[in-house]
Amino acid sequence: MTLHGTCRDSGGVAIVDFSGKITLGEASAMVRNMIKELSAAGQKKILLNLGDVDYIDSAGIGELVSAFTTVRNGGGELKLLNLTKRVVDLLQITRLYTVFDVQTEEWTAIHSFKP
Amino acid sequence: MLPVLRLTKATIGPGMAPPTNRIEVTLESMIESVDLAESIVMRICEAAGFSEEDSHKIGMSVREAVINAYHYGNREDRAKKILFTVELNAEKMTVRVLDQGPGFEVEEVPDPLSEENLLRTSGRGIFLMRAFMDEFVVNNPPTGGAELVMAKRLPLASDAGNGNLRGGAKDKES
Repeated sequence: MTLHGTCRDSGGVAIVDFSGKITLGEASAMVRNMIKELSAAGQKKILLNLGDVDYIDSAGIGELVSAFTTVRNGGGELKLLNLTKRVVDLLQITRLYTVFDVQTEEWTAIHSFKP
Repeated sequence: MLPVLRLTKATIGPGMAPPTNRIEVTLESMIESVDLAESIVMRICEAAGFSEEDSHKIGMSVREAVINAYHYGNREDRAKKILFTVELNAEKMTVRVLDQGPGFEVEEVPDPLSEENLLRTSGRGIFLMRAFMDEFVVNNPPTGGAELVMAKRLPLASDAGNGNLRGGAKDKES
C-alpha cells in the first residue's frame, strides 16, 4: 500500500490525514472509498490533509477532482490542506490550483467552511 | 504478484562507455508494471546524475506513459505486452514505451487545460509528459500500437559523455 489515510473530526469537519502516494490502483481507490463513505454518512465538510503526500500521478489528480465534484454535487465542500511543493506545482500546471480551495492552516481551514 | 519481466537487452553499466547505453524490457499489461518501469528509470536517472527534481519528472513521465500503454493502449489485456526502452547517450536520456493497442493521434487528445475539461477525471497524462520532458512525440508505427518517445537532456552532458555519470546535478532551465 502506497497510501495511508485516517479520518478525524474537528468542529464538524471531517479531516482526512493522508500520507504516501496517491497513484493509480489501490491508493486512488482508497481516496474514492473514503470520500464515498463520508458522503454516505452525510458529511458535508471534508478537509483532505495532504501534508505528507509528495507524489500524485494523473490518476490521483483525477481522483481528487472526482472527490471535489462528488462532494460539491451533494451540496458539501471539499478543501485541501498543507500541500507539498510538488503537489502545488502539479495543481498549478494543470490549472487546478484555483479550482480547489487550498488551505495552509488547519484552524483557519476548519473555520472557512460554510456554517 | 510481481509482473513477469523479460529483459531483452541490458548494456547499462559504468564499464560500458557511450555513445549509447540501452536497456529494453518487455512488461506485462498489469498495474505492477507501472511501478516497475518507474523504479527502473529512477535507478538510471540516479546513475546518469539527474537532479532529484528532474528524476521525479522523468519517473512520473514514465509512469504516465506505461499507464497509457496498459490502460488505453492494451486495454489491460494480459495477452498484450509493453516494450519499455531507455537509451542514454552523452546528451540525453530517451525513453520509448510501445504498446500493442490500436494507436492514437496525439492531436486528437483533448486539452486538459481548457475550461470545459478542467474537471474531467482523466486525460492529463499526455499533458504531464509534455510538461516534464524536453522532447515528446507519439508514433504510430506500421507494425501497430502507439509508441511514446520522450527525452530529457542530461544535466552535465560532457561529464556523462566521459563516463562520469555522477556529475553534479542541476535543474534544467525551462
